[in-house]
Amino acid sequence: MAKRIDVSGLTAYYGSHKAIDDISMTVEPRSVTAFIGPSGCGKSTFLRTLNRMHEVTPGGRVEGKVLLDDENLYAKDVDPVAVRRTVGMVFQRPNPFPTMSIFDNVAAGLRLNGTYKKNQLAEIVERSLRGANLWNEVKDRLNKPGSGLSGGQQQRLCIARAIAVEPDVLLMDEPCSALDPISTLAIEDLIGELKERFTIVIVTHNMQQAARVSDRTAFFNLSAVGQPGKLIEIDDTERIFANPSVQATEDYISGRFG
Amino acid sequence: MDTATTTSAPPPRAPQQTGTTRGKPRPGDRIFLGMSRGAGIFLLVIMAAIAGFLTYRAGIAISKDDANFLTTSEWNPAGDPPVFGIAVLAFGTVVSSVIAMVIAVPVAIGIALFISHYAPRRIATPLAYVVDLLAAVPSIIYGLWGAIFLVPYLDGLNSWLNEYLGWTYIFEKTGEGVARNLFTVGILLAIMILPIITNVTREVFLQVPKMHEEAALALGATRWEVIRMSVLPFGRSGIISASMLGLGRALGETMAVAVVLSPSFVISGHLLDPGGGTFAQNIAAKFNEADEFGRDALIASGLVLFVITLVVNGAARAIIARRKEYSGANA
Repeated sequence: MAKRIDVSGLTAYYGSHKAIDDISMTVEPRSVTAFIGPSGCGKSTFLRTLNRMHEVTPGGRVEGKVLLDDENLYAKDVDPVAVRRTVGMVFQRPNPFPTMSIFDNVAAGLRLNGTYKKNQLAEIVERSLRGANLWNEVKDRLNKPGSGLSGGQQQRLCIARAIAVEPDVLLMDEPCSALDPISTLAIEDLIGELKERFTIVIVTHNMQQAARVSDRTAFFNLSAVGQPGKLIEIDDTERIFANPSVQATEDYISGRFG
Repeated sequence: MDTATTTSAPPPRAPQQTGTTRGKPRPGDRIFLGMSRGAGIFLLVIMAAIAGFLTYRAGIAISKDDANFLTTSEWNPAGDPPVFGIAVLAFGTVVSSVIAMVIAVPVAIGIALFISHYAPRRIATPLAYVVDLLAAVPSIIYGLWGAIFLVPYLDGLNSWLNEYLGWTYIFEKTGEGVARNLFTVGILLAIMILPIITNVTREVFLQVPKMHEEAALALGATRWEVIRMSVLPFGRSGIISASMLGLGRALGETMAVAVVLSPSFVISGHLLDPGGGTFAQNIAAKFNEADEFGRDALIASGLVLFVITLVVNGAARAIIARRKEYSGANA
């Protein structure tokens, strides 16, 4: 079930350092929203506030509200562990569990959530691997370790693992930055398919990628090193790349800085 | 003898000079090559010398032994004919070490996890320091503490175990006497090997890559689930290595055992019965009074301890190697 994300007045800190300042935006369900901006502008930090991963870092804390449909993820009685079960995440470097087989990697999240019958588990694993366009490549070696796959396959394995638990939202933190162009293309195609079912937010350093995969694009910037990152604007991707309303966005996209 | 630390790596080769850059090897490279190669050879020579010495002297003793050296529960090399065997010693050494491992490994993993993943840094650093201090206590001090403090306290525990768990056979107490038994030795050894296992496993747990822990966290794992999914599997071979280091120390521990145990040449499955003995304790107790032949007999028992340690280490390496393709090192 894809859900809408509604962020208002979100500020995140590392200890006393303010990493992002007062961000508000809405992310539509069943769409891809890309975050772009120079290094250090806080786009990854912001992404990690959306599933409460930011507070895992020592000293990390957050002020403000993140509504998933109508539920505030930062309400007092919300368990961050429960949040992460409904908001999945894919990381910059593929990180399948090295000690688990391909099958167990995909089943890992399911086993956390509850008990499944054996055939039920096998069915969901197959569906998730198909969903991640990986099934045909690994169906004969499900019991082999996930770390034996290529980088691009590992990343798709991580996507399969994330979608196996049917999250409401899928967050991707530069999912292709460690991959070669062909694997990148495979992931981008996959993102196009996944957005029919999930709300997807992707951080990318690659502006062509943002233009190719996303429906909406948010541009983040910081006024100087050490200053908190800010959301400059968010708009339809076509508009951002053709005719942004803020000069800084145009400068960044046309390569004048960053 | 602790062989877990003495694995020899092949000496690194000097960089090969090829093609147009060929030239005279630089003196620094040659000196370093010589030094590292020499160190590697030196280690092999020492190992061979120890093994050769043990085998030679043991051969002298065993050839004159009138009884089966491996199965006899008696130690009388001065007799005519000489009769001695290591059955009691092997049993006592293995049993006390197993007790030590059963107690120490889970506790050490618990402490290591607490220091690496649960405790706030304010507490973790001093706690790690205290564990290090535990390793710095000399073993004779452990022995004295065990004999004077631990034994009287364990008398009570022993009667309790005998009363409520006596039906398990191993905790049944059939003989009289204070708690100078293999069970007490096992507890003492557990305390002694705790720091080394804790320190090594803690180091391994701290090296678990952040991205593996985050992988589990992002799936909605609780802290314990993160540890189960990422930390323990990654640390698996490290835990085995650490346990082997501890086991090596437990098998060879001499003074503490010699002070605590009241030795006898009886094999008893009742752990709480006084008596028994270990290789190292027996050598320490008898070496001074033994004549030339008696010493050879003791050396023969030392050879068996050496072999047991080698086998244990080999087994541990085999376990680690068998799981290699799933190891965290592939990440």
